[in-house]
Amino acid sequence: MNILVCISKTPDTTAKIAFTEGNTKFDENGVQWIINPYDEWYSLVRAIELKEKDPSIQIHLVTVGGADTEPIIRKALALGGDEAIRVNNTASDSLVIAQEIASVANAGNYDLILTGKETIDYNSASIGSMLCALLDTNFVSSAVKLELNGTTAMVTREIEGGEESCTSPLPLIVSCQKGMAEQRIPNMRGIMAARTKPLKVVEATVQSATTSIKNFDLPPAKSGVKLVDPANMDELVRLLKEEAKVI
Amino acid sequence: MVLVYIDQDEQAIKKASLEAICYGVALAKQLGTTAEALLLGNVSDSLSELGKYGVCKIHQVDNATLNNFDARVHATVIANAAKSLGATVVVFAHNVNGKAIAPAVSVKLAAGIVTGACALPKTDAGFVVTKTVFSGKAFASIQIDTPIKVISINQNSFGLAISDGNASVHSLNLEVPNSTIKITSVDKIKGEVPLTEASLVVSGGRGLKGPEHWGILLDLAKALGASTACSRPVSDADWRPHHEHVGQTGLQIAPNLYIAIGISGAIQHLAGVNRSKTIVVINKDPEAPFFKAADYGVVGDAFEVVPALTAAILKSKGAA
Ligand SMILES: Cc1cc2nc3c(=O)[nH]c(=O)nc-3n(C[C@H](O)[C@H](O)[C@H](O)COP(=O)(O)OP(=O)(O)OC[C@H]3O[C@@H](n4cnc5c(N)ncnc54)[C@H](O)[C@@H]3O)c2cc1C
Ligand SMILES: Nc1ncnc2c1ncn2[C@@H]1O[C@H](COP(=O)(O)O)[C@@H](O)[C@H]1O
Repeated sequence: MNILVCISKTPDTTAKIAFTEGNTKFDENGVQWIINPYDEWYSLVRAIELKEKDPSIQIHLVTVGGADTEPIIRKALALGGDEAIRVNNTASDSLVIAQEIASVANAGNYDLILTGKETIDYNSASIGSMLCALLDTNFVSSAVKLELNGTTAMVTREIEGGEESCTSPLPLIVSCQKGMAEQRIPNMRGIMAARTKPLKVVEATVQSATTSIKNFDLPPAKSGVKLVDPANMDELVRLLKEEAKVI
Repeated sequence: MVLVYIDQDEQAIKKASLEAICYGVALAKQLGTTAEALLLGNVSDSLSELGKYGVCKIHQVDNATLNNFDARVHATVIANAAKSLGATVVVFAHNVNGKAIAPAVSVKLAAGIVTGACALPKTDAGFVVTKTVFSGKAFASIQIDTPIKVISINQNSFGLAISDGNASVHSLNLEVPNSTIKITSVDKIKGEVPLTEASLVVSGGRGLKGPEHWGILLDLAKALGASTACSRPVSDADWRPHHEHVGQTGLQIAPNLYIAIGISGAIQHLAGVNRSKTIVVINKDPEAPFFKAADYGVVGDAFEVVPALTAAILKSKGAA
């Protein structure tokens, strides 16, 4: 059984969000990079948990990005991936990334492809769904549970106001979110082992993007908080009714 | 023609789709074309009544197997419908199902896509859509460079415009691929408005000290008719169920009113709620970072302030 886990690199959740070059580029100055939390905490760790139950499982990692993504992919190997592929393409267009991952998927023989629900920088939530169309493979999104039984997967996904469970034959693409797995930290043994695990670099094959970022804006600053005396909740109710008009 | 996908769940039209229809209608007007809508499966709501949101034509692929959601099958049918109807823009709600299928439809139509749009595109030169990025901490304006475009719109970002009108319903005969996904159970919290659709939300953090103290928060939510949410440590500790967790790694919501009680306002928490129209923060620490993101603040002990606020709301409702 082969699982392909899609790993992306994102700015740390506390990174200062600022832009340069006339608001056309994200300012990477001083930014710490992490594995996208959905990829690390949920999809990768779930793959590791499945492997702990069935040691015949091989965990393959794929990332589409420049050489600067290698520390991220090494960390993912330290957590428990068996080998990694980096596609040397720095595009930020979702379709380009999905097409690169699809060609990696076509060249291998993967029973399960896991992605995060979304990246926390561009929040596209697109790659899994695009892979579904590119590979003509079943896709379950926003999954909170995933079990395997032979060649069948049992998946529970979030829906508005609840959860829906289903079964699907493999191969299958799943986008993962909270509930899937318990967060882990890499241990020393894993970090040492990761240094010698295979990390293959393949050249980009896709170039033409369908979208382009024109510019970024920051939201207008709040005009400042209006403090209300804790002993006067009638005043807060009045403000919510008459000024904010929300109740 | 702008085609809007109508999402359904257990044969009821999703609220987020009504907003998508209004967006599609406004976009069609801007482009000087018409807006039509597409439903897969069947619903118990009246389709012609959707005319009041401005759409005049609704296409229905009336095949009961489509009442069960399967991203691969749905995306295939929607893309084929868009092709046969000649749609130039396809609009989705950026809700759970929309996220699962809109990108797949864009692939099948060779269309560029922007997910999570928060405004109508600028179409004077090109086709530029603004979306939220960095979990609501910034906006990006993205140009779509393909002849066909796909847009999914953030919930609660556009609003509803209601007028008089009736839509005509047309059945659309399309081949439906076999689904190999079998839905085994649906587990819904009955009688509650899903958090992503709620317009009023009351949320609690670690400042409430333990699950046994949630009564004051629930009383406030009940008095307002609000849904309840919580910070991540609260759901991690199982004080509250996981589906209430909002923030960067939980649900992202945009209600009209968000009341945060005993929540410090960590950047990861704000990422899930900063699109709320009005934010009220109740915290005993005047230095809590949440006050910087708030419209109204009460510096005080939640155990006194919250019951007083509930009483004031009930009083004002009684007076009304
Ligand atoms: C990668 C990453 C992702 C994360 N994702 C999320 C996320 O999605 N959502 C999320 O919420 N967090 C997330 N976090 C955690 C986040 O950093 C904070 O730790 C968390 O939001 C704090 O929760 P809290 O405000 O409930 O608790 P605390 O920070 O402990 O704050 C409690 C607050 O209650 C106040 N208080 C105490 N007693 C009272 C009282 N009697 N009356 C009134 N106020 C009182 C205190 O002054 C304090 O401000 C994430 C962290 C990381 C690193
Ligand atoms: N550059 C990338 N390389 C590999 N996987 C990616 C990349 N970008 C996104 N993904 C995967 O797709 C998921 C959803 O990302 P997105 O559609 O960009 O929000 C992420 O959680 C990753 O699992």
